[in-house]
Amino acid sequence: MAEVKLHGIWFSPFLYRVIWALKLKGISYEYIEEDLSNKSPLLLQYNPVHKKIPVLVHSRKPICESMIIIEYIEEKWPQTPLLPSDPYERAKARFWVKFVEEKAPAIWSLYRSTGEEQKKALKDSSEMLKILEEQGLGEKKFFGGDTIGIVDIAFGVIAHWFGVFEEIVEVKVLEAHAFPRLHAWKENFEEVPVIKENLPDRDKMLDYFKKRRMEILSASQ
Amino acid sequence: MANEVVLLDFWPSMFGMRVRIALAEKGIKYEYKEEDLKNKSPLLLEMNPINKKIPVLIHNGKPVCESLIIVQYIDEVWNDKSPLLPSEPYQRAQARFWADFVDKKVYGASRKVWSTTGEEEEAGKKEFFEILKTLEVELGDKPYFGGETFGYVDLSFITFYSWFHAYEVLGNINIEAECPKIIAWAKRCLQKESVAKTLPDQKKVYEFVAQMRKRFVSE
Repeated sequence: MAEVKLHGIWFSPFLYRVIWALKLKGISYEYIEEDLSNKSPLLLQYNPVHKKIPVLVHSRKPICESMIIIEYIEEKWPQTPLLPSDPYERAKARFWVKFVEEKAPAIWSLYRSTGEEQKKALKDSSEMLKILEEQGLGEKKFFGGDTIGIVDIAFGVIAHWFGVFEEIVEVKVLEAHAFPRLHAWKENFEEVPVIKENLPDRDKMLDYFKKRRMEILSASQ
Repeated sequence: MANEVVLLDFWPSMFGMRVRIALAEKGIKYEYKEEDLKNKSPLLLEMNPINKKIPVLIHNGKPVCESLIIVQYIDEVWNDKSPLLPSEPYQRAQARFWADFVDKKVYGASRKVWSTTGEEEEAGKKEFFEILKTLEVELGDKPYFGGETFGYVDLSFITFYSWFHAYEVLGNINIEAECPKIIAWAKRCLQKESVAKTLPDQKKVYEFVAQMRKRFVSE
């Protein structure tokens, strides 16, 4: 069987999207930890344009950008489909994936900023969650229906990472009373065995992102 | 049920143009509805309540939003002729990557060229040319980004060509001098009927952009 390698960084939600897709489909791979402050020559060779992780390397051919990697995985290994088969439903799923790609940076801004910038990040994050709550999920258990799909995977950052950032900046946004459906989704998502068994250690993340926040804030002064 | 296709669009939008080219490539008959972006129609707000943007393709009453998502939808539904994406998964991933690159990089940089001045504009121009040069390297000696035939990446980028004249005049730049391969590629694409009939007149686009610039820059 052709070899599959995955380059990533232990705390990256983008990496985990790809891990979840590979695990759901039962694909074995070799994981390679990258050091962002000292990127390997291999990474720079595989992703010269963005120089980012994750990068999936299949039979020595690199694929970059997490959601593009997932569409590739879906096409190469059709078992346990992550996308609907109907073209209209696929277009809707891709729409929500794009939505989270465009809006989720507000979540990162939250832990990287203070003052006015943080207030804006908070507002933008809440607005994004509101749209997902009201227009994305509906009455479904998961965005993919009864089982998780590509949209749930794309939203993983909201399930596991957002809570860490909320704790660091001491603001609670994703609460059950404000976002009942989304909150239920988050709990259900983290109970899915493949997800539950493949998450970065929360305490380790808290530690890491707290330190990063301090570094970022002191650098900007 | 009859195949009813409606496109909500705005004539100078390089994103809308992508959909128009795709529809032309597939020979799909559709109703074109021009939107006034300062006074969006109830139909647009109903069909795209989240982003409220064009283009929106309405197929048998159901809306599809976001230009590249629409193009992929068109390719999947009307799959009997003129494939836009490659059939092989690795090639498809590369096509998606480069179309995504165009989406992420070209619009933002080009916007700085026509809507800013001074240092910000100079930085924008530098960024714009870096991006175009990266695309030139990717194109290499191929006639199209897709290889021998016009494809998804070509479609995603060629629509910006209709704005090049506006960038050149307003930004005081010469794109052909810096990126001759891109201009040669663009002219090659324009030999295709679907592209030539879709791209609006460059002077008309320039007048539109010059008007918009007044909102950002007082000269």
